[in-house]
Amino acid sequence: MTTTTTLLGPQERATLTRPILIDNPIGIQMLGVCSALAVTTRLDKALVMCACVVFVLVAANLAVSLVRNYTPGSIRIIVQLTIIASLVIVVDQILKAYLYELSLELSVFVGLIITNCIVMGRAEGFAMQNPPWPSVLDGLGNALGYAVVLVLVALARELFGAGRILGFEVLPLVGDGGWYEPNGLMLIAPSAFFVVGLLIWALKAWKPGLQDKEG
Amino acid sequence: MEHYVNLFVKAVFLENMALAFFLGICSFLACSKKVETAIGLGAAVVFVQVLTVPINNLILRHLLAEGALGWLSPAFAKLSLAFLSFILFIGTIAATVQVVEMAIDRFAPALYATLGVFLPLIAVNCVILAGSLFMQEREYTFAESVVFGLGSGGGFALAIVAMAAVREKLAYSDIPGGLRGTGIAFITAGLLSLAFMVFSGIQL
Repeated sequence: MTTTTTLLGPQERATLTRPILIDNPIGIQMLGVCSALAVTTRLDKALVMCACVVFVLVAANLAVSLVRNYTPGSIRIIVQLTIIASLVIVVDQILKAYLYELSLELSVFVGLIITNCIVMGRAEGFAMQNPPWPSVLDGLGNALGYAVVLVLVALARELFGAGRILGFEVLPLVGDGGWYEPNGLMLIAPSAFFVVGLLIWALKAWKPGLQDKEG
Repeated sequence: MEHYVNLFVKAVFLENMALAFFLGICSFLACSKKVETAIGLGAAVVFVQVLTVPINNLILRHLLAEGALGWLSPAFAKLSLAFLSFILFIGTIAATVQVVEMAIDRFAPALYATLGVFLPLIAVNCVILAGSLFMQEREYTFAESVVFGLGSGGGFALAIVAMAAVREKLAYSDIPGGLRGTGIAFITAGLLSLAFMVFSGIQL
């Protein structure tokens, strides 16, 4: 597609930044929501999850893009799935080796990166048609777009649910002699839906062009 | 028997795949605009889940677990291939879905007309893979995995049909511009999830 040798020209920069705000995978494309919400009760869990997704998405886009000219169309899905599943196994083994406690808490959700629609979606939708470098940028951009939403949701849930950020006390709790009554709702499942819904509302109110025509 | 009933109820209500674990949310939101579509997808999920969880259970116990290949040679007596489970599970799921699709197409064309479009989608639905991964993590036996497959699939079907019914009514309401579409879908899912929270704490 591009014959320029620039590493970060305007087009490359657009590939990188567009998915973060305008075409956010979770907010607008509605991809990868599944695994995103369950790990957002605490910020540290969300950050580790983001790191895993960034790695898998960038590496998968790079690998799929490198073999794109040798992949027959009829078996491309299985090739992509195999690449992604192998990368996820690597991530899972590394987590189990170095962050064992956290890997227990993340439980099945690391494995579920395989079926995370963002990874499949970008491999199929972008990396199959584009050279390696733009694919890496596209993967990074989409992973960061996912990470932004995840971190925001986790920040809101941990702050209002437990009065803490990354385990440090920010709002002193009533139980410890402070003034903040923790909102228990934030720690259970429904709040993740509410927070994401409100985030999407905020994003669409800020950029009215993204609003849906119909209900 | 009581143990299995308990497991089933827990999988349907307490640990609902969609509303408590956020699994399959992509299709949960995308296919819940009409009750008919929701029923189709729900039925397909139950169907595939009941097949893949027990199959993966057999694969795990007879191929991947520590010492499972011991009969081949004494050298394999301590070999554990459990780290390969992701790639084998997803392979089994894709293959099962393909076989099921062809079988339904051949033997039950009427059913194929209803479920057909959803089957390929289901291969990459997180509910299915999560069912197998939970089975591995919780070390279910074969019988338990059948019950768990039925319960988790049924829970997802129940949730998506309820969601579709709510969204059909929502089509007539006046929603603020920015909240239309995905925004309100998330809020609705949150309220449904809140309703399912009522079941938590129930012990049979």
